[in-house]
Amino acid sequence: MPSFLNKNRPPVFCPGCTHERITSGLDNAFMDMGLAADKIAIVTDIGCSGLFDTFFNVHAFHGVHGRALTYATGLKMADPSLNVIVTMGDGGLGIGGAHVLAACRKNLDITLVILNNFNFGMTGGQFSATTPSNAVVGSEFLNQAEIPIDICSVAKSAGATYVSKCSGLDKALAGELVKAIQHKGFSVVETLGMCTGRYTKRNKLTPAVIDQMIEKQGVSGGVIEENQRPEYGELYRKLAREKTRFPEPLVVEKLFDLPHPQRQEIVILGSAGMRIVTAGEMVCSAGISAGMNVSIKNDYNITVLRGQSVSEILLSPEKIGYPGIESPTVVLALSDEGVARRKKIFGTLSPTTFVLKEKSVAIPETQAWVEEIDFKAFKIKKQDWALASLGVLAKKEIAINKEMLTFALNSRFNEKVFTLAMETVSKVLQY
Amino acid sequence: MTLVFMEGNEAVARGAIAAGCNFFAGYPITPATTIFNNMLKMLPPKDGICLQGEDEIASMGYCLGASMAGKKALTATSGPGISLYSEQVSFAIGSEIPLVIADVQRLGPSTGSATRGADSDIQFLRWGSTSGVPVIVLAPKDAQDCYELTVHAFNYAEEFRCPVFIASNKEIGMTKESFDMDDLDLPPLVERNLYSGDNYIPFEAAPDKAPDFLPIGGKTLVRQTSSTHGPDGYITIDPDVIAANQQRLRTKLHAARERISLYEEKIIPNTDTLVISYGITSRAVEDAANILGQEGKPVSHLSLKTLWPVSEQVLIDKAKNFKRIVVIEMNLGQYVNEIRRVLAGKQIDFYGQMNGVLISPAKIMEVIDNA
Repeated sequence: MPSFLNKNRPPVFCPGCTHERITSGLDNAFMDMGLAADKIAIVTDIGCSGLFDTFFNVHAFHGVHGRALTYATGLKMADPSLNVIVTMGDGGLGIGGAHVLAACRKNLDITLVILNNFNFGMTGGQFSATTPSNAVVGSEFLNQAEIPIDICSVAKSAGATYVSKCSGLDKALAGELVKAIQHKGFSVVETLGMCTGRYTKRNKLTPAVIDQMIEKQGVSGGVIEENQRPEYGELYRKLAREKTRFPEPLVVEKLFDLPHPQRQEIVILGSAGMRIVTAGEMVCSAGISAGMNVSIKNDYNITVLRGQSVSEILLSPEKIGYPGIESPTVVLALSDEGVARRKKIFGTLSPTTFVLKEKSVAIPETQAWVEEIDFKAFKIKKQDWALASLGVLAKKEIAINKEMLTFALNSRFNEKVFTLAMETVSKVLQY
Repeated sequence: MTLVFMEGNEAVARGAIAAGCNFFAGYPITPATTIFNNMLKMLPPKDGICLQGEDEIASMGYCLGASMAGKKALTATSGPGISLYSEQVSFAIGSEIPLVIADVQRLGPSTGSATRGADSDIQFLRWGSTSGVPVIVLAPKDAQDCYELTVHAFNYAEEFRCPVFIASNKEIGMTKESFDMDDLDLPPLVERNLYSGDNYIPFEAAPDKAPDFLPIGGKTLVRQTSSTHGPDGYITIDPDVIAANQQRLRTKLHAARERISLYEEKIIPNTDTLVISYGITSRAVEDAANILGQEGKPVSHLSLKTLWPVSEQVLIDKAKNFKRIVVIEMNLGQYVNEIRRVLAGKQIDFYGQMNGVLISPAKIMEVIDNA
């Protein structure tokens, strides 16, 4: 099988650089596997390892620093038939650490070749995530204050299903790469090598020292038994295939004619857990069923189980422009927290604004038409006060009527919930 | 009559599906999360792929990889996520990777307010990348626009091979409203031009066009690179090749500027004031203009949907007969700088508000009356 190397663009590494050996190791691996060039994509990071895509006649993707695994993930998910190989230095490993961890956890069928030469070669030999503390590098003393990472141990604990560490000068490198590429799942091959342009000028690192390091760090290469599990892409597709129901948009038909459709601005002031948003959406469905245009804005805390919950609803026979509330026609004051959130509006309400106030709730002074209701006396639980308030509006035919409300509840709830909701509403309809 | 009832974010997702989007990757962030939620429900039944990245940078990377394999990709975030997207956006711009990015803007700077709206990112979207190469930014004003403009965004991304932003806003994305699906005015779908010859040079293109596309993984070998490259996709230092490519990245959008200028207008004869706005604010402007008309003090208004590239000819033509331009924005003055640049010499009054609250029609009327 012919070589995949691009004869027009031979490797351009410093004399003695291990990267050149890894280039031919990778080529030999592709040849040994008998892969088709159009079924290989090399994704390269930045730095000297980022030159690899130019040496091969295969699909090539050279992105920005540290992110090679992210492109590889997109490529492999989009085209599972591709053999996706990522080359990354110890620089990419450091800056893209989160992506390495995520790739280990995912177990997508990608091969990550880390070309660890213990420093940033291209920018002047600064220390990287793998530089020993006692090395002499281009970052003055800074590396002395940190310790290097052993990516193989990290990958293993992060869930990688295949991990190996080998010398980039090892004759068996091609075979190591074949095993990693053939592994179905995420495989990490850390190659240790010499940066002759920078690192080995000031540090005693020879092939023999590298061999000793590998022996000493004792990572037995290959399949990590305790991490074996299905490959991510296959598992994702299996799970996704079970999702067959496309969610159609909520469509509401016009069923009712209002004698005098009028713009309504409704504010519901409540608290988390009172189903304020649900009630607001019921008003909207009811409104659409009577041919109104509607909008709803909600205001609640990021911690959804606490604090105020405020819904602002517009119903309008005209298309709605500005979606804010300017002069409310209805205010439902159902909790002190909710009222506190909008206390400024009470002073602005007109005498025709209908304010329904639960007995336990205090509201600021207002010239609006205020009615009080004691939901507790109706044996209605707090979580149903918003819904029950809609019953009051329907009974008084303010903004909505009984038919509209019944339709809205029926169309949005299943039968059991609808029956319960109607029981609640009926209590106030009789009042 | 029947109406649909959905928030702007759901409408973005539905527009994306209508445009043939088959890949989404994103990272949850208020107020954009529900685009992700919706895509996660909608893509699997359509054999599309939907992923949650380990962060925003990864989400963009997934999209770029998938797009280069031929997928039509969408991602969604808000201001803090756009900050993180920046390096990948630069890559997508310079290396001509089609992609749609929904930015459901919230009040910045920085973490800012997760649940408070503002048009915070209007200049950031344009300039938040290295090199200054132009981008396309579309600004919806409501849920219906979110749907329609997302379809346009995919068309532009495919045609020009570039990222296209949808500059939404919390006040659109998370506001649920009714609209009539029959009112949707959708353009025919555009797909990226696939190369059909037998000597594919990945970045070879006419001086005002994007290169033809072939996917990574197809029969023909494809190169993609973030480095300064020539037509062959290899790094280059040839000043002529570099200059030609830089120029083409600008020209491919600027040559099409008028064609991709989307806007709405209500020009009333014999009025002397034109109010220019975009996004959610233009709805309050329309209301204000209607009330002023009823009060016998009519003004005209122009609502821009394509913000970038700046619709210079549209601005010049529309402003020509007006004595006074009033610009209203939900920030302290971003796009008004473009309008001042294009309409230099005109009287241009500005009102901006950046307090997490919508600008009301009453405020706009006051500005028009008093400015």
